[in-house]
Amino acid sequence: MSKKPEKLIDKKGLRLDGRKPDELRQTKIEIGILSNAEGSAYIQQGKNKILAGVYGPRELHPKHLALPDRTVLRCRYHMAPFSVEERKSPAPSRREIELSKVIRESLETSIFLEYYPRTAIEVFIEVLQADGGTRCASITAASLALADAGIPMRDLVVACAAGKVDDTIVLDLMDTEDKMGTADVPVALMPNLNVITLLQMDGILTLEEFEKAVNLAVEGCRKIYAIQKEALKNKYVGVKEVDE
Amino acid sequence: MPTFFERRQIVTPGDLLAEGTYITGENTYKENKKIYASRIGLVEYEDKKINVVALRAFYIPKVEDTVIGKIVEVGFNGWMVDIHSPYLALLRASDVLSRPFKPQKNDLSEVLDAGDLVIAKIIAYDRAHSPQLTVGEPGLGKITRGQVMKITPTKIPRVIGRKGSMISMIKQETGCHIILGHNGIILITGKRLEDEQLAMMAIHKIDEESHTTGLTDRISQMITKEKAKQKEEK
Repeated sequence: MSKKPEKLIDKKGLRLDGRKPDELRQTKIEIGILSNAEGSAYIQQGKNKILAGVYGPRELHPKHLALPDRTVLRCRYHMAPFSVEERKSPAPSRREIELSKVIRESLETSIFLEYYPRTAIEVFIEVLQADGGTRCASITAASLALADAGIPMRDLVVACAAGKVDDTIVLDLMDTEDKMGTADVPVALMPNLNVITLLQMDGILTLEEFEKAVNLAVEGCRKIYAIQKEALKNKYVGVKEVDE
Repeated sequence: MPTFFERRQIVTPGDLLAEGTYITGENTYKENKKIYASRIGLVEYEDKKINVVALRAFYIPKVEDTVIGKIVEVGFNGWMVDIHSPYLALLRASDVLSRPFKPQKNDLSEVLDAGDLVIAKIIAYDRAHSPQLTVGEPGLGKITRGQVMKITPTKIPRVIGRKGSMISMIKQETGCHIILGHNGIILITGKRLEDEQLAMMAIHKIDEESHTTGLTDRISQMITKEKAKQKEEK
């Protein structure tokens, strides 16, 4: 790790990378970039670079895991060995297994799983470069990949984190802020239905601070949702009124 | 009772389409008297019914559909067929062989082997069972020649065109015989490879530009141009 900065927020109230407390990182999203997966998405959020691919619904192997009344959603969150400063072993770590579960559960509520019994939908998330807040960016990308695969969904899911750094509530924490800061609150949201599908907290916050952080994160989610929607529509530019 | 989108406008999953006494059509769902889209697609209104014509979807079996599939497994009593949908389809041996057969004696892979392509019709399917196929009708059975291509299954109606205008034009212009599987797989058989390739090119173009206007005319133009090019090369 580079030198530990003394202050995470300077006198002007700006953060290490020059952002205001309620400012998101530069976010870029692309859809349908993998030709072998049925649906795919790529997200760049600050220095985060994440790929998501979706297969299915398809027959589940081994067959005994299939459910008679709904689809099984499987999720694999994985970090590439070169995604962090010190080489990460490619074997799934405790943290990755947990994140896979957390991401799966936040996406599950958005999909009409009961439409296709005895099948499986598989989501593969590959973190190419990590800089804090990868679980949120992963959810955003995975949800788009699901939509790109043509899977019927209640709503898109979009996620964003807020937290506390140097006594200030800030939006969209990056790696250093996450590690040196006091608290981190990732939130996933279905923006049209106004339903929160993931809410975690790591660190210490007072009740007021927590409320403020959640509200800020929801606001951030809505901003990312606009980008998300734009990306999805962009794939079909030229789709216009047809008289047939 | 407002609606929030114009006809043929693009929507994404979760978009609020209408409120009030509307009826949900394809790729939409209702919650608290509000109708939302469940897939990315284009909105269509049909009286009180709201449809979303999906731009991305996969094939869900329906009884009476003609499909083209690939044999993936030879079993004792029949074959498992990949029909490009979430479920593998079952083709029974008794349906293919008219004579009685004994699993101990007859080797089914002599009739149809893994990798063979078949045109078949779905005779039974529901939530609890895999789709079942038949080849016992004229025009169905093993594919022996021609070109096979895949497109998005929701675009098959576009390839057919209004009252079959598009498909009959392609058939006429290229002189190929074309069979459209409802599952998005298409078989093209022509006299020459060039004809078949031309038909494939045209269908690919439809798949890519399915949402644009005046497509039939443009496809027709493209075919004429390609034909002239082929002649020149000779």
